[in-house]
Amino acid sequence: MSRRTATADRAREQATEKATGKTTGKTTGKVPPTVETTYREAMRAAHREALLRDPRVFLMGEDVGRYGGSFAVSLGLLEEFGEERIRDTPLSESAFTGAGVGAAMRGLRPIVEIMTVNFSLLALDQILDNAATLRHMSGGQLSVPLVIRMTTGAGRQLAAQHSHSLEGWYASIPGLRVLAPATLEDARGMLWPALEDPDPVLIFEHGSLYNLSGTLPVEPTPVDIERAAVRRPGTDVTLIAYAGGLGKALAAADLLAAEGISAEVVDLRVLRPLDDATIIGSVSRTHRAVVVDEAWRSGSLAAEVTARIVEQAFYELDAPVERVCAAEVPIPYPHHLEEAALPQPEGIAAAARRAVGEHG
Amino acid sequence: MSARDREVEHDTHLDLLSWLLRQMIRIRRFEEKCAELYSATKIRGFLHLCIGEEAVAVGVVGALDAHDAIVSTYREHGHALARGVPMESIMAEMFGRATGCSGGRGGSMHLFDASRRFYGGNAIVAGGLPVAVGLALADHLTGDKAVTACLFGDGAFAEGEFHESANLAALWHLPVLFCCENNRYAMGTALAREHAETDLTARAAAYGMVAWSVDGMDVLAVREATDRALAYVRSSGQPCFLELRTYRFRSHSMYDPDRYRDKAEIEHWKQSDPIPALASRLVSEGLMTAAEVEEWLAEIESEVATEIDEAVAVAEAAPLEPVEDLTRFVTTAAGDPVRRTS
Ligand SMILES: Cc1ncc(C[n+]2csc(CCOP(=O)(O)OP(=O)(O)O)c2C)c(N)n1
Ligand SMILES: [Mg+2]
Repeated sequence: MSRRTATADRAREQATEKATGKTTGKTTGKVPPTVETTYREAMRAAHREALLRDPRVFLMGEDVGRYGGSFAVSLGLLEEFGEERIRDTPLSESAFTGAGVGAAMRGLRPIVEIMTVNFSLLALDQILDNAATLRHMSGGQLSVPLVIRMTTGAGRQLAAQHSHSLEGWYASIPGLRVLAPATLEDARGMLWPALEDPDPVLIFEHGSLYNLSGTLPVEPTPVDIERAAVRRPGTDVTLIAYAGGLGKALAAADLLAAEGISAEVVDLRVLRPLDDATIIGSVSRTHRAVVVDEAWRSGSLAAEVTARIVEQAFYELDAPVERVCAAEVPIPYPHHLEEAALPQPEGIAAAARRAVGEHG
Repeated sequence: MSARDREVEHDTHLDLLSWLLRQMIRIRRFEEKCAELYSATKIRGFLHLCIGEEAVAVGVVGALDAHDAIVSTYREHGHALARGVPMESIMAEMFGRATGCSGGRGGSMHLFDASRRFYGGNAIVAGGLPVAVGLALADHLTGDKAVTACLFGDGAFAEGEFHESANLAALWHLPVLFCCENNRYAMGTALAREHAETDLTARAAAYGMVAWSVDGMDVLAVREATDRALAYVRSSGQPCFLELRTYRFRSHSMYDPDRYRDKAEIEHWKQSDPIPALASRLVSEGLMTAAEVEEWLAEIESEVATEIDEAVAVAEAAPLEPVEDLTRFVTTAAGDPVRRTS
């Protein structure tokens, strides 16, 4: 593997430029220059940066190389970094995920890409029984600094075996850190700190976000992988969401604003360990909470967040906590049924109205 | 060859045989003690003994360099002892003590010693194989010359993880030594009842790997085959598969009433017990007289007995991990050492 060649800053700059085309050249005043980009391109830029910065980093997974990644995140990386560092794997989720565990234990910094969360179940043993367990079970002798990325979520009419949101299951496993970037900044910024984490990190990319577009500073701003983020301040109710749910919660906040209800929107970002302080802080200000989760309600992350609010802020609440989750069905193919199965802005707004209205 | 060379070769050969014999006896007696301590409820959980299979542990593990890695199973006391993990720390692990080789957190099935590149101790059948492939992948990427040996059973051969791992190692030319300890049973399921094709070596070869089957009751045969396999893996950078045909004399675990095989079959295999086989070989090769061997065996037995007694005494006196440390090392805390576990 090649030695580090560029300074970290320059590498990051190049990564962004290369992945996103030209800079917009907005350099006037104190506003930093920005680029038009997408979530997909931001992810790709993050990979380039990591590969340039650290020779221990490599990417492996099904069709990450020649094909360019099943969601085109790694398009062009094979040509730039070669087959040793952009490794196409056979269809062997368990073996290549476990190989990531072994390579990480040996001191490398593998990024394992699994096409879709449903397929990760074939590697669940490696993730749970090895990646998440070896450090504790060996009495602290082993470290597994592995990053596993995968898509999650519904909304693209891919039917039941490609649409589920199982990140909440992973978020219940001690030993893992679980991230869900929902913004361009997080798509660009979460990979590097994930690679720096000495323990295994799972990154869930909601499939509907890859085409999300907007501007990012050319010089990426570092992001943390510890805290939830308030994406929109408000005073009457807190909408708590993550990944694909964030956009819907923000849309619901717009609907509510038109009715004079001020909703605060919290993006969980980090699904494990949950940032109780930000969640409880917000709910303690607004006194009402709606938790949005594209996973099934029973035993969901939404259930966990709700329980924590009830445990830690019960006397702050002016209304019962509301949950807006997926219907408890395998996500169906036809558009109308899929939409009906998923949380939607109108449903989130309705839950918020209930919380505010009945108890306002 | 000069007389001097012959003398050196003779001494080297004798050194090797004596090491093999001593290690097999250590493992046998250690495990017999564990069974006793299990009955006395000093050791709990699952306990899987390799009694009868010591030639594999000693023959394979003894051939590895200190720099090579080992990934093992829940039936790994022999592998760990042969690797040089101190008996005291293994016994303490059996007792769940803080001084155990895994800090007491793993017990019999999860012996770890990162300093000796001994990566456990995996109780998910075939669960260690992908990890072994990854260790070898890291060595391949960094130009490290180490070989990763993974040991697993005939039952593991039926798992998808074996087949995925074998394919991946062969496809990517990774220095993995696959060591299949074929003891003819996966718990109570006999080989022919778990595999449509029982020629495991032929099936492994179908992955494009060099694959040999070896008499796993003959410690020298195991050692020689492993030496040859390691030389091949090191020079070619390719994986290799060894099928070690062996037999466990004891039940699968301490819970197993052993109802699924004939006593006659067990007695038959005991005829090829690797320990007396090697002892008589010393005589038949003219290396020692029968009387010398007997005297020497008595000496080894007495030294091993002392080592075991001390290990038990030390384990019994060792502290338990404080309950306050329960969640330590779930993730890396500030100030924890982060090791490059090589
Ligand atoms: C994935 C998995 N399935 C089942 C078991 C239960 N189990 C433990 S050992 C064993 C038999 C394994 O046989 P083999 O691989 O031949 O190894 P041996 O015990 O003979 O050394 C089984 C079924 C397990 N631990 N893991
Ligand atoms: Mg077996």
